[in-house]
Amino acid sequence: MPERQRHGSSIGLPLTRRDGPDKVTGAARYSADIRPDGLVHAVMATSTIAKGRVTHLDLAAAEAHPGVIAVMTPDNAPPLAKSPDEKDNPFAFRLNLLQDHTVRYAGQPIAVVVATTLEAATEGAALLSPGYESEAPTIGLGEGGIFTPDSVGAGSPTSDGTGDMEAGLAAADARVTATYETAGQYHNPLEPHCSVAEWDGDRLTLHTPSQALWIAKARLAGFFGIPPENIRVVCHYLGGGFGSKGFLSPPQILGIMAAKLTGRPVKLVTRREQMFGPVGHRSPTRQTLTLGATRDGALTALGHHTLSQTSAYDDFFEASGLVARHLYASPAISTTHEGSRADIGTPIFMRAPGEASGSVAVESALDELALALDIDPLDLRLKNYAEVEPITGRPFSSKALRACYAQGAERFGWDRRPRAPRAMRDTDGLLVGWGMGTATYPAGMMQGEARATIRADGTALIETAAQDMGQGAWTVLAQIAADGLGLSLDRVTLRIGDSDLPNGGLAGGSTGTATSGTAVHAAAQAVIAQLADLATTDPASPLYGAGNAGVTASEGRLARRDDPARSERFGDILARAGKPSVAAKGQGAGEPASRKTYAMHAHGAVYAEVKVDPDLGQVRVTRLVGAFAAGRIVNPRLVRSQYEGGMIWGLSLALHEHAAHDRRSGRIVNANLADYHVPVSADLPSIETILVEEHDPHVNPLGIKGVGELGITGTAGAIANAVWHATGVRVREIPITLDKLLT
Amino acid sequence: MKSFDYVRAGSLAEAVAAASAPGAAYLAGGTNLVDLMKGGLTRPDRLVDLTRLPGLDRIETLPDGATRIGALVRNGALTRDAGFAGRYPAVVEALLSGASAQLRNAATTAGNVLQRTRCGYFYDPASACNKRSPGAGCEARGGITRTHAVLGWSEHCIATHPSDFCVPLAALDAVVEIEGPTGRREVPFDVFHLLPGDTPERETALRAGEVVTAIRLPPEAAGFAGHSRYLKVRERTSYAFAVVSAAVGLRLEGGTIADGRIALGSVALRPWRAREAEALLAGRAPSPEVFAEAARAALAGATPSGDNAFKIELARRIVVRALTLAAAGTPGRMPALPASPFATSPTAGASHHA
Repeated sequence: MPERQRHGSSIGLPLTRRDGPDKVTGAARYSADIRPDGLVHAVMATSTIAKGRVTHLDLAAAEAHPGVIAVMTPDNAPPLAKSPDEKDNPFAFRLNLLQDHTVRYAGQPIAVVVATTLEAATEGAALLSPGYESEAPTIGLGEGGIFTPDSVGAGSPTSDGTGDMEAGLAAADARVTATYETAGQYHNPLEPHCSVAEWDGDRLTLHTPSQALWIAKARLAGFFGIPPENIRVVCHYLGGGFGSKGFLSPPQILGIMAAKLTGRPVKLVTRREQMFGPVGHRSPTRQTLTLGATRDGALTALGHHTLSQTSAYDDFFEASGLVARHLYASPAISTTHEGSRADIGTPIFMRAPGEASGSVAVESALDELALALDIDPLDLRLKNYAEVEPITGRPFSSKALRACYAQGAERFGWDRRPRAPRAMRDTDGLLVGWGMGTATYPAGMMQGEARATIRADGTALIETAAQDMGQGAWTVLAQIAADGLGLSLDRVTLRIGDSDLPNGGLAGGSTGTATSGTAVHAAAQAVIAQLADLATTDPASPLYGAGNAGVTASEGRLARRDDPARSERFGDILARAGKPSVAAKGQGAGEPASRKTYAMHAHGAVYAEVKVDPDLGQVRVTRLVGAFAAGRIVNPRLVRSQYEGGMIWGLSLALHEHAAHDRRSGRIVNANLADYHVPVSADLPSIETILVEEHDPHVNPLGIKGVGELGITGTAGAIANAVWHATGVRVREIPITLDKLLT
Repeated sequence: MKSFDYVRAGSLAEAVAAASAPGAAYLAGGTNLVDLMKGGLTRPDRLVDLTRLPGLDRIETLPDGATRIGALVRNGALTRDAGFAGRYPAVVEALLSGASAQLRNAATTAGNVLQRTRCGYFYDPASACNKRSPGAGCEARGGITRTHAVLGWSEHCIATHPSDFCVPLAALDAVVEIEGPTGRREVPFDVFHLLPGDTPERETALRAGEVVTAIRLPPEAAGFAGHSRYLKVRERTSYAFAVVSAAVGLRLEGGTIADGRIALGSVALRPWRAREAEALLAGRAPSPEVFAEAARAALAGATPSGDNAFKIELARRIVVRALTLAAAGTPGRMPALPASPFATSPTAGASHHA
């Protein structure tokens, strides 16, 4: 069914992706599809030891291989103007860029071979046959000594809380203390990290997948000692990032260095197995939840202690404790974190960093409490519904979580859930279980800018270096622009994905649409104001004297608010003013005062049905229903897609993903997509999303909260709880695999 | 990747001659070999492409009632042959439970039988592996061993054979037809794959230059068609190798089991025929007790090779379940999720409160 396109109200329409036809026909060119003249190919050789140093590389063998142009090693790599170990801000993660022969983790790049063909470069890398001086690595969580980091996640405090935990627990009628473990997860977007780099003197053109083009440009300027304006980073299409492409990773920069070394345009694409190490991951965690509650289910204490793991050489700590800071009301809350180091690549942001791993533990523990109290799990959550943000006491800018609980429960049929486990079977004798969990993610904003131009032909151009990584920026930013400009969508051209455009912020942290959308909206308003100024100060215009506040933009015309019959086309205003176009910029950023006053979060409720074979332990999630509230929904179709992707990843966290490190070598044994499982379509025959109405007057002028990460939270816990309900077995070591259910 | 010669063989004799050079490997569907080459795990000097050989892509019924599956019959084509599916439903169920439609359309009969283990240490060129490098040691021992062998393993190798297809072939007494430098010969299926012993680098009964030309199912194999199942437990609903699987067939006469067949998959370096367990079935009426007894016998010699003791109990339960399902009769239609515990009956999906 074709979607309607209404003038002046694009926001809210479930439009299909504007970039869809290009993607399905192959016309969309991703970074690795770019082929400058003279392009040569680079392949990384990576370390097979986790700790020590490289003592030998058979350069002669590699260089003698037909087609090989150069072998880049620490001995000949182009010098960098700034050490990649220098940390001038917490997000300048240390990168292994062939600065010395040290090996910090298995999979670390130790050389790059450049050749005329990919096959020759691949063979050249294999011929290097590295020799090592190897030390026994530390791999296990907590094995390298446990310490308290300065901060966790994206600069959140290591500990936070309120009230008196001891008093809270003393006052409790029921207490639950349980320890949960989550596994290491490795980002595996369809598109691996890659770069196509071309130098022209001291100017660099780089095609690379990046969730933050301006941040990338600034970091590269530092490394290569050139002004940021000499660098153009282009990424029109990005095949999935999930946090791993927020900041540049070693493979992307090594490609640029190889281009500098050889004086040729170079393409470097990470091999699938090389995704398991150099480009980040989610740390495994060990989380202890300590809950106390009165007989009626009211929490008296909520403690959440997390141990996560970072690399031996840099800091990133999975902030699992964030959920308990924002979600449930309790007079006493304690959230603390500890870290340990291991000889692994540095972990980094992965979809709902902290919240995803924390949520599964919190939601599992709540169900353990519900069991202890013999209370329905949904009733327990409603009993502890936070009317204000628990620790800060701030009011929420908006919170439609009650409606999420109710609408999800109704759709799922939650009220027919028997309280006891192992109480449902299907006609084949499979155990059936129902579980639920609460979704929560902050409604953050970064800083971004956009430029809007109205041209004499009545069309408009919107420009911002925002990024579409699949979430739909190509479509939703155009929708926002069309409404702000009073134009139909087909009159609006959008340019994004190019660092020569105004800074579009970061497609990450569920902030992309809120930030760049706000900037686009502001730019549209600003350019309309300029146009209005031209018209209302021109005696020849029918709008003369209306004043800026007195006109509205609609259907390509400005009209007097008090007399819409008096109007003028954009093009006529510009023509009379003798201008080919008019342009203005707009900013997108959180408003400090309202962000101080209000707690801003998106919420949801996820309900899961699982079936479990009673003898064989195999699990299948047969139904997921998610009801989410995240302010104004710019495009319901694309938002559903985001939620569904999130929920599927929640399933993946609950049942599948587990990087299996061999503790002796430090290598990941299942570093391939045959063995590192993510769900397939057959794993989830039914998924439903309910978009719950929510109006937020505070979060930003358009009332937009992010939706990218919300869906993964709540889901894994709902599935873990459903598995318990089906089997009576509480698995506290995530993922839940069949061997843990054989009783 | 390493450069190699590519030879497209026009006849079997040409293929055998071309492959007698050291460092040669046969190429058919390539779904396993090419992956191994890309990973640097196999580095052949010469590929002898068999896919243009005439006459090897046929499914034939022989005069004695046996069925011969040509070596180049694609897995997908075999699943779509209605006559074959009617006679050997468990073979088709096994094939359909493996890989993906795209892979099945590329993979061949002989290629499936000859596929290499999925042991993570075999697949990691930096790990010691006696299969890849005889005498190097087995780094899987003491490592991540959740899915490794529980039967027939040795201290030199604890890998498993991953094929689904091979499990019912072993149960049904298939025969491997071979051609090579010294002529034609045949090898019974359940000894075609070699247990590791102290020579895990020797994986099959094939000798240098020999090529599998067909797999033959004997006339009596069709006698199990009415009570025949393949059941595969895996870590996700589709597109995963088996944790453990079982192929069973029962020939029932007057309420008793005249002949029973049991083979297990992913428990050993060969599809594991459980003849002692089969002997316990013969002459007995199907019952939970008999099936449990057979399951115990099938795993009698099993020992964990690492953190995989659960596979032994799981295998027992799969044998019981597969026998139970087979006794109930082969479904008239292939389940939507072949070999899955989640699609044992056409009504799968309905749920009710117990």
